Amino acid sequence: MSFLYVALGAAVGAPLRYLLDRAVQARHDSLFPWGTFAVNVTGSLILGVLIGGATAGVVPGALGTLLGTGFCGALTTYSTFGYETVRLVEEKAAFYAVANAVASVAAGLGAAFIGITVAQAIWS
Amino acid sequence: MVDPDVDLHVPAQRAELARTPWAVLAAISAGGVAGACGRYALALALPRQPDQFPWATLLTNVSGCLLIGVLMVLITEVRPAHRLVRPFLGVGVLGGYTTFSTYAVEVQRLVAAGAAGTGLVYLAGTLVAALAAVAAGQALTRRLARRGRPR
Repeated sequence: MSFLYVALGAAVGAPLRYLLDRAVQARHDSLFPWGTFAVNVTGSLILGVLIGGATAGVVPGALGTLLGTGFCGALTTYSTFGYETVRLVEEKAAFYAVANAVASVAAGLGAAFIGITVAQAIWS
Repeated sequence: MVDPDVDLHVPAQRAELARTPWAVLAAISAGGVAGACGRYALALALPRQPDQFPWATLLTNVSGCLLIGVLMVLITEVRPAHRLVRPFLGVGVLGGYTTFSTYAVEVQRLVAAGAAGTGLVYLAGTLVAALAAVAAGQALTRRLARRGRPR
């Protein structure tokens, strides 16, 4: 049953990543991969809220599996982030590569921390 | 191409903007389901306590990065693929298999559980291993492709 929740969440999360990525790119013509950056930070924030809510006992396990493991897991990506960073090095844009790695990790972590803290402040 | 999901600097992919690409979205969705279920199966196979090192996610993200390196060299340098191959395998399967949100939250959980040192090692270790895996996947595929090509 829990695989069904993961599948349902991922069926929406993965195409949404593609649509958000290209919507961001259509507005920012830059070498910096803002699209992937945006989905990873957004997904980390949402998962933080879910985990904070689960810790406080207001997010049931099934909802966590559907939205956390399925939706947020598929919305965010490490493979695209990793590939982009390596490609930026190959394109002789080492500054962007380092900036992407540092900013993605820092902002993703910050978003997760904020999500969990806010959820715990509201629900516990 | 820098972004393997969708890169609007590539004319063929910019053309995808003109209409809603239902076939592309369906391929991504189906691939995402397969990838996410694979990630979930691996997480169930390697259970852990909140203060333990998240091996399952590390393994998922590093293997997914190795495979995206292989895939992208195959379809951009070795031979052109059907237009749904990148959406299905790259955006869908590998994008759905790997995860950034779980990685970020696990670091926070490790710190909150009093295992800040483990959190820091996990944070940096994943990043270094994932980037090395992409480069290794690319290098290996380029080498094999050169060897297999008739001169």
